[in-house]
Amino acid sequence: MADGKIVETKIPPIRNGTVIDHISNGQSLNVLKILGVNENNIDSVISIGMHVPSSKCNSWKDVIKVEDRELDPQTVDKIALIAPEATISIIRDYYIAEKFNVRLEDHIVGLAKCSNPNCITNKGEPIDPEFIVEERCPPKLRCVYCDRILTNISDNLL
Amino acid sequence: MDFYDKDLVSIRDLDREHIESLLDLSEEMIPYARGEKVERMLDGKVLGNLFFEPSTRTKLSFESAACRLGCSVIDVSEMSMTSISKGETLADTIRMVDAYCDVIVLRHPHEGAARLAAKFSENPVINAGDGAGSHPTQTLLDLFTMRKVKGSLDGLNVVLVGDLKYGRTVHSLADALTMFGAKLTLVAPETLQMPDDIYHHLKEKGCNPKKTSTLEDVIGQADVLYVTRIQRERFPDPAEYQKVAGTYRIDNTMLREAKSDMIVMHPLPRVNEIAYEVDSTPHAMYFEQAFNGVPVRMAILRAILRGI
Repeated sequence: MADGKIVETKIPPIRNGTVIDHISNGQSLNVLKILGVNENNIDSVISIGMHVPSSKCNSWKDVIKVEDRELDPQTVDKIALIAPEATISIIRDYYIAEKFNVRLEDHIVGLAKCSNPNCITNKGEPIDPEFIVEERCPPKLRCVYCDRILTNISDNLL
Repeated sequence: MDFYDKDLVSIRDLDREHIESLLDLSEEMIPYARGEKVERMLDGKVLGNLFFEPSTRTKLSFESAACRLGCSVIDVSEMSMTSISKGETLADTIRMVDAYCDVIVLRHPHEGAARLAAKFSENPVINAGDGAGSHPTQTLLDLFTMRKVKGSLDGLNVVLVGDLKYGRTVHSLADALTMFGAKLTLVAPETLQMPDDIYHHLKEKGCNPKKTSTLEDVIGQADVLYVTRIQRERFPDPAEYQKVAGTYRIDNTMLREAKSDMIVMHPLPRVNEIAYEVDSTPHAMYFEQAFNGVPVRMAILRAILRGI
């Protein structure tokens, strides 16, 4: 199925804001959590497409369009942790002013906490949690301190 | 192989060549560990022994190793007498101890504590056990014992039995044995089996450990039976401990199924996993293993403080 036009009709274009495309299927609600969106702090339109056909490998994806907001680099880095193939388009006056892929660094610092409650990074020490990225898609992160694999990344984002 | 001024936090920081050179040096240290030869090769050095959890063998063997080499030891015998009890962070404690010594040996109840200490200390840090994480110096003395008795580590059939979930010694040991092509069998109740991420790591390294809860089925193939205590102190819920306490007990009846040259090892302390009657059999290797902590830790201190 050619996805582009069909998706566009289901998720209307925005004048200004950000389009987060190619979100791993099923991760859009976690991306919204990263954006910190809730009914008390948002006064613009957010459109969400879940389980949308993707042109990449005949698979499925999620899409989010947020009006009147551009993302800061830390938010983009967090999105990369749960949706490493996502693309970000900054829309200004209906045109794509900027488009880039999120980038999952090899070494993640201060974006997520270790899921091991007995890890020293969860004990009030003056350090940021750090992880080595062992696999990228889906991401597999190993704690630099306790060596455990981070389970359930979206629940452990800082 | 240069260990000089390096931390020893995890067995994963070492490769096979590193391990073998340390084991060779440990062999050279035996007469010094027994007091048959004396050489104060670490004269003037100071070791800071920081034990935030109880220890007999690790703490004493580090002290003995240091003393045999002429290295002085400072330690804190009671943590409640330190600023830890006032809420000082580990990071600050380490910065301070670092200023007082040339090498820090750290045991701590939280996983990752040694890596943190290494980050804050200018001087090298040796991990003497971090929670349920790892215990690399125990692993080195375990490997030393196996190599000494069996002649080689290559392709040994090693059965690990007991608490494989919380037992840090088996985590490090399994990691290291994969470097030598060992065949591993993991014997534990399902709730105490090897953590998934360690199990998968072993598989990624080419080992394909067999899992079972029945020791009787596998004891006959073992070259080494490595027994661990089911650790009451690591269980969040005492009722869960009671369910599995006493699951495995090695006695002479069970050893009838074993090869005649199979050795029984244990990092100690034991509670009731190994019957006292086993002590007088040729299988019992745990007290020699405990002694080997001294030459191995001498080798580690010498390699880190002076180089090999």
